Amino acid sequence: MTLEQSAFWFFATVMIISALRVITARNPVHSVLFLVLTFFTAAALWLLLEAEFLGIVLIVVYVGAVMVLFLFVVMMIDMNLAPLREGFVRYLPIGALVGLVMICEMILIVGPRVFGMARYAPPPRAPADYSNTQALGQLLYTDYLYQFEIAAVVLLLAIIAAISLTMRKRHESTRYQTPGKQVRARKQDRLRVVRMDAEQR
Amino acid sequence: MIPLSNYLILGAILFGISVAGIFINRKNVIILLMSIELMLLAVNLNFIAFSHYLQDMAGQVFVFFILTVAAAEAAIGLAILVVLFRNRGTINVADLDTMRG
Repeated sequence: MTLEQSAFWFFATVMIISALRVITARNPVHSVLFLVLTFFTAAALWLLLEAEFLGIVLIVVYVGAVMVLFLFVVMMIDMNLAPLREGFVRYLPIGALVGLVMICEMILIVGPRVFGMARYAPPPRAPADYSNTQALGQLLYTDYLYQFEIAAVVLLLAIIAAISLTMRKRHESTRYQTPGKQVRARKQDRLRVVRMDAEQR
Repeated sequence: MIPLSNYLILGAILFGISVAGIFINRKNVIILLMSIELMLLAVNLNFIAFSHYLQDMAGQVFVFFILTVAAAEAAIGLAILVVLFRNRGTINVADLDTMRG
């Protein structure tokens, strides 16, 4: 077994075990941490597939930002675990059954008979001076420029939606600044110059 | 040498696990969101495997966009969850039936 194969089997095993722990862990914090492990092993598999840029992006953006956001919300919400777990044993057989049937069907479709070595031979490794980031960037900023800009708009939309959903209207008695009123303020409205004679000391 | 089918089967298993997760954790919204993240990861794995074996970069571009949309989805989903918990004091799906006719 070559190094590549042993790396693949190791990462595949870790990925499946941690994915199973994500859906079965009793504590949601453990679920999030196993999800982080799943994303890490997925990034390693993507590196095996020569998608270096996306592998690093998965770790930096997904594990570094999105999963931390998940962890933050899970820890912030003080949830009562007992009612959330009820029905777990009841739905376990049907869930496992549906999952297994789906897996078997998909393996029949994408199994070695169709996508094996004979039809899809692994391509030769890229030379050492090949840059995956450069190749992806060249595609992204030429052929997919409009889609790239739409992705930026989607992110802006997510920012606005998240802020407007979670922003809380303060209580009536709270005094806070209104930038519009501050900008609109004029000297004539506030300042009054009083003329008066000089007085004897 | 790893055949393409190994990666595709791994993606299929990951997808099946997340579908089972949606079934068995139907009370907990947070784990439902995590299962959706796992599904997107399985799809991304398929895209990147095909992109490598067919030597076509378009698959990686698609993964890039899927990651963008998934990040936006996670942010909005968690924001909705926080608002829900603030207003109702629970994230149990069974208690969220105020819109039932």
